[in-house]
Amino acid sequence: MIPTNDTPWLYDGSYEGLLSCVFESFRLHVLPCLLEAGEPSQLSLTPPRVMLTDPHKAARVQTALRHKLGQAVTEFFQSCFLTCLEDKELYMLRFMHLAFHVGPSVLHFLSNETVATLWKSVRHLENEAHLLKGFLRFSDYPPYLIAVIHPKNFVLPLLTAHFCDRFPEENFLIYDETHGCGLLQQKGKIRILPIDSLALSLPSETEQKYRALWQTYYKTAAIQARYNPACRMSHMPKRYWKYMTELGAAALTRHESTAPESLPPAPPRQSPFPES
Amino acid sequence: MDTLDKLRILTDAAKYDVACTSSGSDRSGRGRGLGNAVACGICHSFTADGRCVSLLKVLMTNYCVYDCQYCVNRRSHDTRRTAFTPRELAHLTIAFYRRNYIEGLFLSSGVLRSPDYTCERMIETLSLLRCEYHFNGYIHAKAIPGADPALITQLGLLADRLSCNIELPSQQSLSRLAPDKTKTSILKPMSQIRDQMRQSQYEVAHYHGAAAFAPAGQSTQMIVGASPETDFQILKLTEGLYQKYRLKRVFFSAYTPVMEGPLLPALTTKPPLLREHRLYQADWLLRFYRFKADELLSEENPSFHPLLDPKCNWALHHPEVFPVEINRAPYELLLRVPGLGPRSAKRIVKARRLAPLDYDALKKIGVVLKRARYFILCNGRAADGLNLTHDAVLRSLLTSQGLAYRHALESAEPEQLSLFDPSSQTLRSLLKEGIAL
Repeated sequence: MIPTNDTPWLYDGSYEGLLSCVFESFRLHVLPCLLEAGEPSQLSLTPPRVMLTDPHKAARVQTALRHKLGQAVTEFFQSCFLTCLEDKELYMLRFMHLAFHVGPSVLHFLSNETVATLWKSVRHLENEAHLLKGFLRFSDYPPYLIAVIHPKNFVLPLLTAHFCDRFPEENFLIYDETHGCGLLQQKGKIRILPIDSLALSLPSETEQKYRALWQTYYKTAAIQARYNPACRMSHMPKRYWKYMTELGAAALTRHESTAPESLPPAPPRQSPFPES
Repeated sequence: MDTLDKLRILTDAAKYDVACTSSGSDRSGRGRGLGNAVACGICHSFTADGRCVSLLKVLMTNYCVYDCQYCVNRRSHDTRRTAFTPRELAHLTIAFYRRNYIEGLFLSSGVLRSPDYTCERMIETLSLLRCEYHFNGYIHAKAIPGADPALITQLGLLADRLSCNIELPSQQSLSRLAPDKTKTSILKPMSQIRDQMRQSQYEVAHYHGAAAFAPAGQSTQMIVGASPETDFQILKLTEGLYQKYRLKRVFFSAYTPVMEGPLLPALTTKPPLLREHRLYQADWLLRFYRFKADELLSEENPSFHPLLDPKCNWALHHPEVFPVEINRAPYELLLRVPGLGPRSAKRIVKARRLAPLDYDALKKIGVVLKRARYFILCNGRAADGLNLTHDAVLRSLLTSQGLAYRHALESAEPEQLSLFDPSSQTLRSLLKEGIAL
């Protein structure tokens, strides 16, 4: 059992930062009572310890993760980082202690509290990403296809492979409103970049024509004698409706002003995870 | 007529076809063109009736030379007729696909002039999509019964999935309601597709660059409730189709009366949605739970229970199998427990290797115990506070609507209603009205 001390830890919110915390936790053989991303605040009774991000330490943990625990555990751990689980950092820290103790079979410990919690939230993440592969709607703003989503988890890394494989010759942007991030494919180059806000102009006439066609198709395809709104809602929860052309089209035209050409410049990093 | 009107008419004419799956093909985008196919399939929307919209499901044309009684597009029906040109349809598909509205195209057609001519127009559309627009997404095409085998071959090389609708579950009903179609004319293309798929699977595995023929397999559909066949007959037929023709799916379509005819149920008949639902449940039991049709129904007991799903019904009639010990029972036996599906059963098998499971652990790994707890033991112990009286078990197995119906029935009929007697008159009449649980 790893002892818990009563100092909260703070880190910078990056994946490398979290790996540095893992390193420190193993070195000091201690678990913090709290591990959070963010700046230290003055009001705390117990002053938090700020854990600095050290790329060298992070790389060592990453290597150990890959070599000692294997691909499956590494991918699971990285997925955990994308979830919206509260206190995910602390769960992930506990998971690491358990994982290095029992080895790659840690993923089978489904009845363990830590593994079960993380595993459930990873399922939530994967389900959300899968649903969005279908429910996401692009609008044509030549030369870009632009989609807006409002996910709970940080799903963009999970959508990247799917949409880039599907639309290899298109320029597109998927804007994640919740996390202020966008997935941009531009002339074959793929980036995940921070976007504060996205202002879209009114859609063109062609775009409106296809929206109308799709709305007509959607309405006509329903069979009146089988009307079952509860069934629809359980398959397609209402929180996805806002940005779907056939259900909440108004949302897309609500943004006004500048044209989409004014995309922000690209930051250097492509994905939240270091290259392997 | 503009595209909007055409789309409305040809969607309306195609919507009674139930298949809308995009699964079974796994194909990457190859870095050019447009589109890919994902093995699990993707639903892009759900219509107000709760059915998934995955493919753009339209008819090439709703002109038809046939006069099938149950069909909205039959020759003698006075309705607006139109047809897509191949280019128009290909263009629309691409425009929808780019906007991520759809996963691909489901192309069916009324029979214009002759089956061969119809098939040629469909092939033209698919060739345009595949060769000119470099569309690499999912395509489901309907094999037109009576078309030349060479045309079916071409269709199969362009599409991911082919389907041939059986329409009605017996030869008698077919000759009564669809006089222009025969059992052989439907089964012939089905066996052709099966044989060519088998050949192509061998070729793809052995030769580089061999063309895949219908890589996502073939499916079929039949109408339930327009003809007098029993559930048992339909289920036996389904099982036979899976075994003999290697089908990926058999779809059931509750008959929605849209046409008036002396041979058809009255227009006021509600679609038998419950019956359709039960057939799908049984279909799942055949495909994923290793059940046989004979285990679920029999000649003496040919209909599904209206208030209990087929698996619960089976479990209640086989008390000798239960309770099942979670920590030792083989996977096949876990699958037989009401409330446990392949996912839960696999998780149990995985988790119990490392530690014996108790009820708390089952909850943690995501097993739903509402129904299962009556049929299982953990380390030789039943769940705490379990009320094993007949009535309590039944209550937990019924859905809330089922309970309401049961309550209504009991207050209507003073004598005790036996749920184990599916010949009960009231239950039969409820079933006929098509109650939806």
